[in-house]
Amino acid sequence: MSYKAKFKVWRGEGGEGRLEDFTVEVNEGEVVLDIIHRLQATQAPDLAVRWNCKAGKCGSCSMEINGKPRLGCMTRMSTFEEDETITVTPMRTFPVIKDLVTDVSYNYQKAREVPSFTPPADVRPGEFRMKQVDVERSQEFRKCIECFMCNNICHVIRDHEENKPAFSGPRFLMRIAELDMHPYDVADRQETAQEEHGLGYCNITKCCTEVCPEHIKITDNALIPMKERVVDRKYDPLVWLGNKIFKRTS
Amino acid sequence: MENSINTERHEYDVVVIGAGGAGLRAAIEARQQGKRTAIVCKSLFGKAHTVMAEGGAAAAMGNVNPDDNWMVHFRDTMRGGKFLNNWRMAELHAKEAPDRVWELEAWGALFDRTKDGKISQRNFGGHEYPRLAHVGDRTGLEMIRTLQQRVVALQQEDYETHGDYEAYIKVFAECTVTRLLKDGDAISGAFGYWRETGNFILFDAPAIVLATGGIGKSYVVTSNSWEYTGDGHALALLAGANLINMEFIQFHPTGMVWPPSVRGILVTESVRGDGGVLRNSEGKRFMFDYVPDVFKDKYATSEEEGDRWYTDQANNRRPPELLPRDEVARAINAEVKAGRGSPQGGVFLDVSTRLPAEEIKKRLPSMHHQFKELADVDITAEPMQVGPTCHYIMGGVEVDADTGAAAVPGLFAAGEVSGGMHGSNRLGGNSLSDLLVFGRRAGAGAAAYVDGLAARPKVADDAVEAAREEAIAPLGRSGENPYEVHHELQRTMNDLVGIIRKPGEVAEALQVVEKLKERVALVGAAGSRVYNPGWHLAIDLRNMVLVSECVARAALLREESRGGHTRDDFPGMNPEWRRKLLVCSTEGGSAVRVEEKIQPRMRDDLISLFEREELSKYLTDEEMTEFDGIAKS
Repeated sequence: MSYKAKFKVWRGEGGEGRLEDFTVEVNEGEVVLDIIHRLQATQAPDLAVRWNCKAGKCGSCSMEINGKPRLGCMTRMSTFEEDETITVTPMRTFPVIKDLVTDVSYNYQKAREVPSFTPPADVRPGEFRMKQVDVERSQEFRKCIECFMCNNICHVIRDHEENKPAFSGPRFLMRIAELDMHPYDVADRQETAQEEHGLGYCNITKCCTEVCPEHIKITDNALIPMKERVVDRKYDPLVWLGNKIFKRTS
Repeated sequence: MENSINTERHEYDVVVIGAGGAGLRAAIEARQQGKRTAIVCKSLFGKAHTVMAEGGAAAAMGNVNPDDNWMVHFRDTMRGGKFLNNWRMAELHAKEAPDRVWELEAWGALFDRTKDGKISQRNFGGHEYPRLAHVGDRTGLEMIRTLQQRVVALQQEDYETHGDYEAYIKVFAECTVTRLLKDGDAISGAFGYWRETGNFILFDAPAIVLATGGIGKSYVVTSNSWEYTGDGHALALLAGANLINMEFIQFHPTGMVWPPSVRGILVTESVRGDGGVLRNSEGKRFMFDYVPDVFKDKYATSEEEGDRWYTDQANNRRPPELLPRDEVARAINAEVKAGRGSPQGGVFLDVSTRLPAEEIKKRLPSMHHQFKELADVDITAEPMQVGPTCHYIMGGVEVDADTGAAAVPGLFAAGEVSGGMHGSNRLGGNSLSDLLVFGRRAGAGAAAYVDGLAARPKVADDAVEAAREEAIAPLGRSGENPYEVHHELQRTMNDLVGIIRKPGEVAEALQVVEKLKERVALVGAAGSRVYNPGWHLAIDLRNMVLVSECVARAALLREESRGGHTRDDFPGMNPEWRRKLLVCSTEGGSAVRVEEKIQPRMRDDLISLFEREELSKYLTDEEMTEFDGIAKS
């Protein structure tokens, strides 16, 4: 039932660090986060890890396990061989604060740059009427637990710090799609998705979809449809003409 | 050198501690009323424990059954709490919950819909009609995200007006408050530390709203996250406020029992609301044997009737799986103790034989996912194994129902950290609505208090210095490992002050707590101040031990069984005890004092909403005579 596993865990702060070796007990049914906690309780009391619900619902314990972005609380130890060395490192796209904890403030900045839900001014609370089928598209995106692993894996910013100012990442491009598909949202989001949030940088490699712990089809259901909406509008001669007239008269 | 003079300092009108549903709703209200508002939270913004709430928010909108209204909801809440509730809070809650839910929709929440496009509502234990606004089984996440996005919307407004997102509302994430500060009797600020750097931070503010949630981390088997260390309960006590109803802890009947590392994680009540049934090892739906007298006429007596209720509620009574949580938790506990449990020490919760697989995945996606990923169980094909888990504390800061004000001027509380609303037992779904209704009221209460102040209370340097010394102390000591002390506290509370309480065991727990206090004073944390979890736990232990003492002392005094407090030696409810609240307070934090206090009498128009026969099950003869007087006039 119980065995000793070999772990390599990234330790360090202030821009420096190294992989540290541990041998640690593993019991039946445990997940990687349990092992990190056991290390804290028995060998490394100041080992920093961010976590909260331990049930895959809050998206705090994002880390890279054997190089793959994963939630520590949802990665069962039984998915590894007993003699395998398991390497645990912080998310690579964000600056390390200490050990497995990264500075994810990039994400909160980007969230703030997406204009909020904008309902028509004349609809009062309690008056909203929406069909289930019409809310389901946005509901899928609202399953997001903000683990930020999609932004972490996205090659546009993973090794390209210089792209960060112009690119909001899959998480917030999906947020824009969510609002654009909300039955009552009246804000114009398609142009800004392209111009201000960097939708054009995405070349649909679907890495974000693959790492999503909520299994949201980020690329197929949010990013590609959003690209199509942008393109339709850019090249639709009627929309183009409408824009021209609107701009001239305003 | 760092000292109290050069500690990072911020001035605000209102500081909200906690960023779950109650905290965010309070902060939104304070900011909407023009107050400069800080939100201080231990985790990242948007990660609070509210995300774990699954079932929904109870609000008598009447979208599914038009017979529902606030009076029915009020009655259900009082019944669920076994009439110990603060009736004014239960009244405000039932009346205002629909507006609070609709408001979320105007801020972008996307609830599941009825056929005519309104917010859909689902059945839940103890609620007479389908009442819970929900999004599948991830309603808490929808709520926290909506409130988070509302905060961002307000920040965007402020950016337009003032050129600064954080001009009027700022989130201090991964920041822990360790002490409230006072000027004379009144609140003057709060002291804490940044988790990321270990640096200290001082808030100079005349009003503080506590919205820190519960205390579950004092127990081994709990559905609660690490944040639930009773911080707000302890901060309030140490600042001179009172806690009430601390003996009432809700053990949610259905937590996961296997694998051991996830033991306690919640299995939503929606499983039963949507048709799931509980069976013991003999395959029997045992809940039919556990319907208590007070609920006898409201629940089905046969499986056939219970099953018919899901499609025809007008002509059938609900199945007993949907009794209030305290009843179901005790029943499961009794079945396991009688040797009729499941192989992994729980009972069976089965939805696989009750609904088609596709329907289960659609209605209970998180549960399907959770069992698949964590236990390798497919709930569409086989039953789950579940058992009780420490879930919620009904007790908390004694507050004014209308404003959330505590006994200390400038101190407010809302949500789980406040006490009274749920009496001795909370109904499922009444928590999310509680957060919204009383979060808003506490935010408004704090704003009004600030408006009424003649002079701003001052922060005293010596109090800051004392708080600094207290917080830094564990780092300088080479004492015991805080994880070991924590583990012993959890085991003690779990084993000795759990679902069924025996006076000898509770007394033993109090002795252990006394010894733990001494050990907490000596724990040491190795390492630096930067993101040091051992140090953080050492600081949290003070709160957990203090709150555990409140729970145990109150549990020892209350000689009856009611809701979330079951005494082995006093198995029944006692009407005399219904009138009494147990009030905890402390001077200096070294010992907890508990005093009895008589509940105020329910307002005539509210008590008249109940039938005489029902009231007679709860009230004393004297109270019944009074009621008859009201009924006549």
